Amino acid sequence: MSTESAPAPKTGVAEDVDQRPRVAVSALVTNLREYGLILALIAIMVFFQFTTSGTLFKPVNLSNLVQQNSFIIVMALGMLLVIVSGHIDLSVGSVAGFIGALAAMMMVIWPLGPLSNPLVVSIICLIVGGAIGAAQGYWIAYHRIPSFIVTLAGMLIFRGICQALLGGGSSVGPLPDGFKALSSGFIPDVIGSLTLIPPVVNAAGKTIVGSGLTLHMTTIVIGLIAVLAYAYFGLRARRSRERHGYEAEPFTLFVVKTLVTSALALFLVYQFATYRGLPIVLMVMGVLIALFVFVTKRMTIGRRIYAMGGNAKAAQLSGIKTERLTLMVFINMGVLSALGGLIIAARLGQAVPAAGLGSELDVIAAVFIGGASAMGGVGQVIGAVVGGFIMGVMNNGMSIMGVNVDWQQVVKGLVLLGAVVFDVYNKNKG
Amino acid sequence: MFADLGGAQFLMTSTILEMRDITKTFPGVKALSNVNLRVEEGEIHAVVGENGAGKSTLMKVLSGVYASGTYDGAIVYRGEECHFKGIHDSEHKGIVIIHQELALVPMLSIAENIFLGNEHARYGVIDWNANETRTSALLKKVGLKEDPKTLITNIGVGKQQLVEIAKALSKEVKLLILDEPTASLSERDSQALLDLLLEFKRQGITSILISHKLNEVNRVADKVTIIRDGRTIETLTKQDISEDRIITSMVGRSLDDRYPPREPKIGEVVLQVKNWSVYHPIHAERQVIKGIDINVRKGEVVGIAGLMGAGRTEFAMSLFGRSYGRRISGEVLLKGKPIDVSSVSKAVEQGIAYVTEDRKTYGLNLIDHIKHNITLANLGGVSRHSVIDDLRELAVANEYKAKTNIRSSSVYQMTGNLSGGNQQKVVLSKWLFANPEVLILDEPTRGIDVGAKYEIYTIIARLASEGKAIIVISSEMPELLGITDRIYVMNEGRIVGEMAASDASQEKIMRAIVRGEGKAS
Repeated sequence: MSTESAPAPKTGVAEDVDQRPRVAVSALVTNLREYGLILALIAIMVFFQFTTSGTLFKPVNLSNLVQQNSFIIVMALGMLLVIVSGHIDLSVGSVAGFIGALAAMMMVIWPLGPLSNPLVVSIICLIVGGAIGAAQGYWIAYHRIPSFIVTLAGMLIFRGICQALLGGGSSVGPLPDGFKALSSGFIPDVIGSLTLIPPVVNAAGKTIVGSGLTLHMTTIVIGLIAVLAYAYFGLRARRSRERHGYEAEPFTLFVVKTLVTSALALFLVYQFATYRGLPIVLMVMGVLIALFVFVTKRMTIGRRIYAMGGNAKAAQLSGIKTERLTLMVFINMGVLSALGGLIIAARLGQAVPAAGLGSELDVIAAVFIGGASAMGGVGQVIGAVVGGFIMGVMNNGMSIMGVNVDWQQVVKGLVLLGAVVFDVYNKNKG
Repeated sequence: MFADLGGAQFLMTSTILEMRDITKTFPGVKALSNVNLRVEEGEIHAVVGENGAGKSTLMKVLSGVYASGTYDGAIVYRGEECHFKGIHDSEHKGIVIIHQELALVPMLSIAENIFLGNEHARYGVIDWNANETRTSALLKKVGLKEDPKTLITNIGVGKQQLVEIAKALSKEVKLLILDEPTASLSERDSQALLDLLLEFKRQGITSILISHKLNEVNRVADKVTIIRDGRTIETLTKQDISEDRIITSMVGRSLDDRYPPREPKIGEVVLQVKNWSVYHPIHAERQVIKGIDINVRKGEVVGIAGLMGAGRTEFAMSLFGRSYGRRISGEVLLKGKPIDVSSVSKAVEQGIAYVTEDRKTYGLNLIDHIKHNITLANLGGVSRHSVIDDLRELAVANEYKAKTNIRSSSVYQMTGNLSGGNQQKVVLSKWLFANPEVLILDEPTRGIDVGAKYEIYTIIARLASEGKAIIVISSEMPELLGITDRIYVMNEGRIVGEMAASDASQEKIMRAIVRGEGKAS
């Protein structure tokens, strides 16, 4: 038919140049961008490892780092979806503060009887968080009030309620130990510990440095299982692509990527194992990260959120219920803010009026450092998590170095700006 | 022979612009290679070519968007070689380009837009009276009867185009470049715009017209330069200009038939709409659609003709999940049974698909790749328990890429980087994968080139032969006459005529519209 020759002119220009190297180069560029962030995190960690003379990677400090920053990462998971869908949520810090106060009141002050059990209180708090998200999301989704305004109002409202609940400037506590375990607890060693080097006690009754190395075996086993599962599923996905005749990434790249990630993970697991094992909050975080990666990458609802953020009108005309989807994104954010609030309260052991104050900015910064676009439609869960860790490591490292809090903020601001400028520059180039 | 002719013309007219051996390379792609363009003072010079041929790139070189030094070759304008570093340099010399996508600020007035960045001001304080007086004079020149204080958002696209031209005039334009100026204008507005170009010609303003619409080129152009694959093919003078000749040069072959042949096999009525009425979403008392009855049969292609603003898009969108309007009433029957189309997802479930006229705003997620766009309307088709099967999705995307002949390096190319024709094929693929029984295509070939149009027509013909019921809304009457079996004529929210395509003609359609206008008033 005559169609055969008609289209030729269009591609004619491009065909002058061989397409293959361009595809390979663009694959490398995307990969670099994806791994660039992780490399940046590693570089920052190595930097602080030196400047803090090895304190950063000490098992105690690693546990601290996780416990101090987990709430940022938990909330960043929700914030990622909010930002991808083209919105923003400024209220998360206040909601977290309010939920912390609510939890403390329920467990310590109000006579609720069996209802003041930490688990029951936590579940109620998560539900309340979801309800707050729904209340804010309702105005944003169904009345098209800009999320910036609705959540700015929410930020004021819930900080106010938080302070009122705690009766002015006072704090409420101490919280029960069972609750504090959420932040400061470690997983029990059900397998039993393995003593590598028995402790040697000197004359003063203190253990000599370098001796007394016992490993938390449950931690080691969990780490090994996780790494093996990661490698196995990676390999299986690869095989399946090849079997169906699709190109997968270059094998060397795959192997290097898997080895580096596994080595890093195992090193961290080993460090935890030499201390008290994996922190509970790290497990919670890990499960949530895996869940959100799955939802955004593989589930239809994740795909719909990206489509809505990319072009809301087109998504709507493709049969996506954008209003309901927006509402759900904010409900999710509310639940995760509540969880963040519980984690903060559990770490402090009490509820304070300033809990979570300003943390919305850290959370939003984490998401943007992780490569999300302020216009919506673009952003990855892993990016937000790494962004959160970059912020956390910088906080932690600079604190150990004794950098003044004021200057810490300056550095964090510069890193945020730098990361986004780098990203924009990259996009314009590509 | 050419040198001869040039020498002779040099005595009568002078060359205002000569672009010599322009070569522009992007990483990996040679967009222009040794393009030559010679424009005489006071003529209307059309530049035609398929999408991606390099017309826009050439104009960006000319206007300094691509700064001097980023390309090879020379630009000689009014006898001197120019090295434009930016759009400001070229505007300073009187070269003004009006882009396809208008660059007006919607919430500012006509006067504010015309003098934006160029206000009559003293010490930074704007003299509004001077601005408005000048604006009134400019508006008179372009034949626009509007108050200079009117906000841009309150006037139609056709008038906005005139404001852009008035803005160009305010800059003492000597060479006016119009990039697809009539792409979004109605027939009547287009004619007015072309008349304006002819008027400018009498006043001595030179114009370069970039257009897909060959009848327009035919009507106003003194010369036509055809570009293909980033190369100049030929320049035709007035007496040699003919649509067939241009098409042959554009696509590098003769397009003896612009519409694919097809043998309609028409079956039972699939979709029937009864007494459909819709009110305006904001002006609640204004009825936009006034009791429409139409039907489409299996394997039939039905056209809806009409002028811009006749309510065709509004009708289609209100039908498609109430995506337009309020107080919608009427009945929709699919194969004789009433169906619920009150939301987009319900309409899609019932087997209705609507391919929008504005693919960039309503059709595509431009920051995502082809694969994700194709499956968006039918994610259920590539997932199980809400979990997407990546490989199945990839297979589906590749299948439709092949079916609709989308030209891209892979299905992982961003739709925002595709040409108009390929974008349209992605939108079509999305809806084909949703497997509808009724497909409503709104201006399916707007702004895409001849070759891609033919491919779209071929897809439509194939779908009809597969037994789909198809509605095509189009402002291009030859297109409707060429590809449909039956045509409804719509005007001011009503169906004012219905005819078999075999005995329809442009005159008949126009007559139905004019008669309908009388009835409506």
